[in-house]
Amino acid sequence: MQVPAHFEYEKATSVEHCLALLAKFGPESRVLAGGHSLIPMMKLRLAQPETLIDINDLTELGYLRVSDGELRMGALTRHAELLSSPVAGEHFPILHDAERVIADPIVRNRGTIGGSLCQADPSEDLSAAFAAVRAIMVIQGGAGTRTVPAREFHLGPYETVVESDELLTEIRVPILPGSGSAYEKVERRAGDWPVGAAGAALWLDGDTITEVGIGLAAVGAAHFSAAEAEDALRGEPATDDSFTRAGQIAAEHCRPISDQRGPADYKRHLAAELTVRALRRARGRVRGGKG
Amino acid sequence: MTAATKEHEPNGAYGPMRRKEDARFIRGCGTFVDDIQLPGMLHGAILRSPLAHARITSIDTLAAEGHPKVKAVITGQTLAELGLAWMPTMSQDVQAVLATDKVRFQGQEVAFVVAEDRYAARDALELIDVSYEPLPPVVDAHRALDPDAPLIRDDIAGQTDNRIFDWAAGDRARTDEIFAAADVTVAQDMLYPRVHPAPLETCGTIADMDKVSGKLTVWSTSQAPHAHRTLYALVTGLPEHKIRIISPDIGGGFGNKVGIYPGYICAIVGSILTGKPVKWMEDRSENLMSTSFARDYHMHGEIAATKEGKILGLRVKVLADHGAFNGAAQPTKFPAGFFGVFTGSYDLRTAHCEITGVYTNKAPGGVAYSCSFRVTEAVYLVERMVDVLARELGIDPAELRMKNLLRPAQFPYTSATGWEYDSGDYPRALRLAMDIAGYPELRREQAEQRARPGPQPGHPGTLMGIGMSFFTEAVGAGPRAHMDILGLGMADGADLRVHPTGKAVLAISVQTQGQGHETTFAQIVAQELGISPDDVEVVHGDTDRTPFGLGTYGSRSTPVSGAATAVVARKVRERARIVAAAMLEAAAEDLEWADGRWQVRGDPDKGKNIAEIAMAAHSGLELPDGVEGHLDATTVYNPPNLTYPFGAYICVVDVDPGTGRVRVRRFIAVDDCGVRINPMIVEGQVHGGLADGLGMALMQVIAFDPEGNCLGGSFMDYLLPTSMECPSWELGTTVTPSPHHPIGAKGVGESATVGSPAAVVNAVIDALAPYGVRHADMPLTPAAVWRAIQGRPLRSDLAIT
Repeated sequence: MQVPAHFEYEKATSVEHCLALLAKFGPESRVLAGGHSLIPMMKLRLAQPETLIDINDLTELGYLRVSDGELRMGALTRHAELLSSPVAGEHFPILHDAERVIADPIVRNRGTIGGSLCQADPSEDLSAAFAAVRAIMVIQGGAGTRTVPAREFHLGPYETVVESDELLTEIRVPILPGSGSAYEKVERRAGDWPVGAAGAALWLDGDTITEVGIGLAAVGAAHFSAAEAEDALRGEPATDDSFTRAGQIAAEHCRPISDQRGPADYKRHLAAELTVRALRRARGRVRGGKG
Repeated sequence: MTAATKEHEPNGAYGPMRRKEDARFIRGCGTFVDDIQLPGMLHGAILRSPLAHARITSIDTLAAEGHPKVKAVITGQTLAELGLAWMPTMSQDVQAVLATDKVRFQGQEVAFVVAEDRYAARDALELIDVSYEPLPPVVDAHRALDPDAPLIRDDIAGQTDNRIFDWAAGDRARTDEIFAAADVTVAQDMLYPRVHPAPLETCGTIADMDKVSGKLTVWSTSQAPHAHRTLYALVTGLPEHKIRIISPDIGGGFGNKVGIYPGYICAIVGSILTGKPVKWMEDRSENLMSTSFARDYHMHGEIAATKEGKILGLRVKVLADHGAFNGAAQPTKFPAGFFGVFTGSYDLRTAHCEITGVYTNKAPGGVAYSCSFRVTEAVYLVERMVDVLARELGIDPAELRMKNLLRPAQFPYTSATGWEYDSGDYPRALRLAMDIAGYPELRREQAEQRARPGPQPGHPGTLMGIGMSFFTEAVGAGPRAHMDILGLGMADGADLRVHPTGKAVLAISVQTQGQGHETTFAQIVAQELGISPDDVEVVHGDTDRTPFGLGTYGSRSTPVSGAATAVVARKVRERARIVAAAMLEAAAEDLEWADGRWQVRGDPDKGKNIAEIAMAAHSGLELPDGVEGHLDATTVYNPPNLTYPFGAYICVVDVDPGTGRVRVRRFIAVDDCGVRINPMIVEGQVHGGLADGLGMALMQVIAFDPEGNCLGGSFMDYLLPTSMECPSWELGTTVTPSPHHPIGAKGVGESATVGSPAAVVNAVIDALAPYGVRHADMPLTPAAVWRAIQGRPLRSDLAIT
């Protein structure tokens, strides 16, 4: 049986209490939300935090609402709650697409969206989805609150801008008219991390692309996004030819590594193929299709 | 969906019946090894090698011994002093219990800590300091016999290379002649990669040596408790009557729980050293990385045929990767298991195979995961080769199979390699599968799809593939004149006691791991004695309470112990006849067994059922000669032959060429396992085996990187299929009884695992035909399929680069 090393356990009763505990126990403490990445890593002893700070009682961080023209989600929102939220699905079908293929119902019932983003796995679907829709992360610390664009949130694999005495509290996504979005993922089996995945958000004026976001997971894309492909699309007609070109650019600019999920050339191919597919589906949704 | 032929429908106690054992399982009230807590019990943990091949230069256990909760630290040195550093394997080799000289695979056992709790035991592993001198590992089986390959087994006197054995079957000269003269010959390399049975309950044991009585009790996840008892006696020198093995509820075995693992020996030594019970349960990674894997057969097949499609011969060369110790579990005379049945279901004039077993720096094993002693590999080989031939000849694979299948009149049939198939009606099973599938319509749909433009880049679209396999299994080992394991003949006992009120207790030697023996075997007794299955208790899994026998693997429970059960029940029935004769004041030979009771022939009003007879047998009734009192009986069943279940499987897939994703749209499985005792349990076993086979075909593999690191050591890396990947299985049944089995039954536990991988692979390759793909190795992950389309196939046993 896999058993973790010794650790201390604290239960936070409020965000302020959590921040105080983080300040007290320092960098060797870890926040426990859904625990579906952290606990397995502890059992494998890949992670050996001295203290766990359990935030599962912070119900004030579990919400999902539209406010000030933004979709706002508390960091403790469970995957299942995002997946079942009509308001999220109405404005950003990409989030439902992604959630539907994240892990399995048991993990989704417990795992949180903030936890997934902070885990910062290079294959995290939500990191790509939120990069595509240009989400804004709200981070709270002892000194107050700051916001960071999703594309600046991750510093590298398993590393974010959240300091050891800070807590990610909210994710905001600006709602702009004329949008459609979609997420495409290839995995080896239901519940697996992606071999490669692409998300796309499109804003159209007639047939012209006014804004676009492309998120990529598991293919070594900088900031989980394909900025060069977006540049190539902005102002262009939303045609299959444009999308194909964007897919090629996205593939050229990512740096996938070979592993047992697949060789680098295949992942690069997926970056292109799935980018095109996501763009096509996003376009269909702008035009009112369910896609 | 079930389609059944009508003949041979059994009556009475046979039929779908809910499993008696499920009453406790669905309530969470099963008792597995890890549920057992004994007073004063200590916990063991194993320190394993991080390296695949290295010399051990020193082991320092002082710090671990100083841990306040640690009771003992055992190393190879400790065991060497007891003569237990090495143990015999089931393939006439030895395996290190704890390494003394070298480590030979990543995850090999190096030290064992006994502590007050499992946390402390695990913590103390980090306090043991082992110094290694790394050696170059042998990872690629194809390099194992290179002249400059590092020698793995320098512990074996006279061993100069990594060769374990060379074994052949069939007539080489005649096969070469047939091939030389044939119209058509086709060759294909294929790998059946290393997979792992991965039962949800990992392996483990509790050893409890009673200092006063000298009796060792071992609770263990064992598929073969009696064999374990004898082996422990032989290995440790403890007297066998002072050893008791208890296998409680077992959460899946699939061949993973046949052998004895080093942790078991360590737990026993730990209990002897500390005087306390010692529990050792491996974790998931330990299970995947160190216990018995399956397959790892690198095969080269050649098939010869006339241009009309009459298959003439088959020629096979196999490189068999057995890992660092030859721990494969199979009957002694069969180093390649039953691979010799590789001629499959076809009427071949000649065949020849040669198999070379090699050592590599990987975990030992090879025979597991419902492989029927490697019939799995054999079926995969022949069923892929038939499809390769069909492609070459431009003949529909179904037509080619139908043309070459054995005919009912040919049974009993002796194959080109000497196996005597007991019974079969193969064309009927294939026709039924094709009927359920709607085979011509499927081919029509595929032709129409292929006539249209194919999927374009960036557009989701799929290619349809239809694959089939026809398998013949060989199960129920086996006739003791030919088959033994470590000198123990493969016969099994059964004891049947009938209480005065007619309730019965059956004690058997085989060990359920989920197969439902408590139900099926009760049904056999019930059928033979005319009582309810609810009135039969089945006792198993305790060597102090059951007769000797070799346990459950190779689908042998029903063929061997099921036969023993029927035989012992008939013995009871014959004793009952004598008692009934006394009760009815008639001659025993004037009684007939009808409607579940003995009655006077021609006078059905005069009869006695088992409950009445049992009470009389225990009463003051004067008993005639031939029965001492009571009805109890005992038997040992030595099977005259294996049984040969068979089946026809058809798989329909849709492959997305833009991503390489495979979706299994439909799977049709027609199984013929002779008479079905409990069809519902049979269907459950088929469902499980189909999921296994789909998993192997599409996602399961244990690969190794160039340093010999295991790349399949967790369920994130080693994927089991879920309901999302499995279609709703479409089952069909034909019944061809075994002529030599007392109730006409054949084993079925492994049929679906054996038969299904080839059907899935054949379907995927069929879908890829427009790209000219003739073969690709399992697992057909999206990456593997895409690379096959690109003409640059992946080598699935090595790290992907």
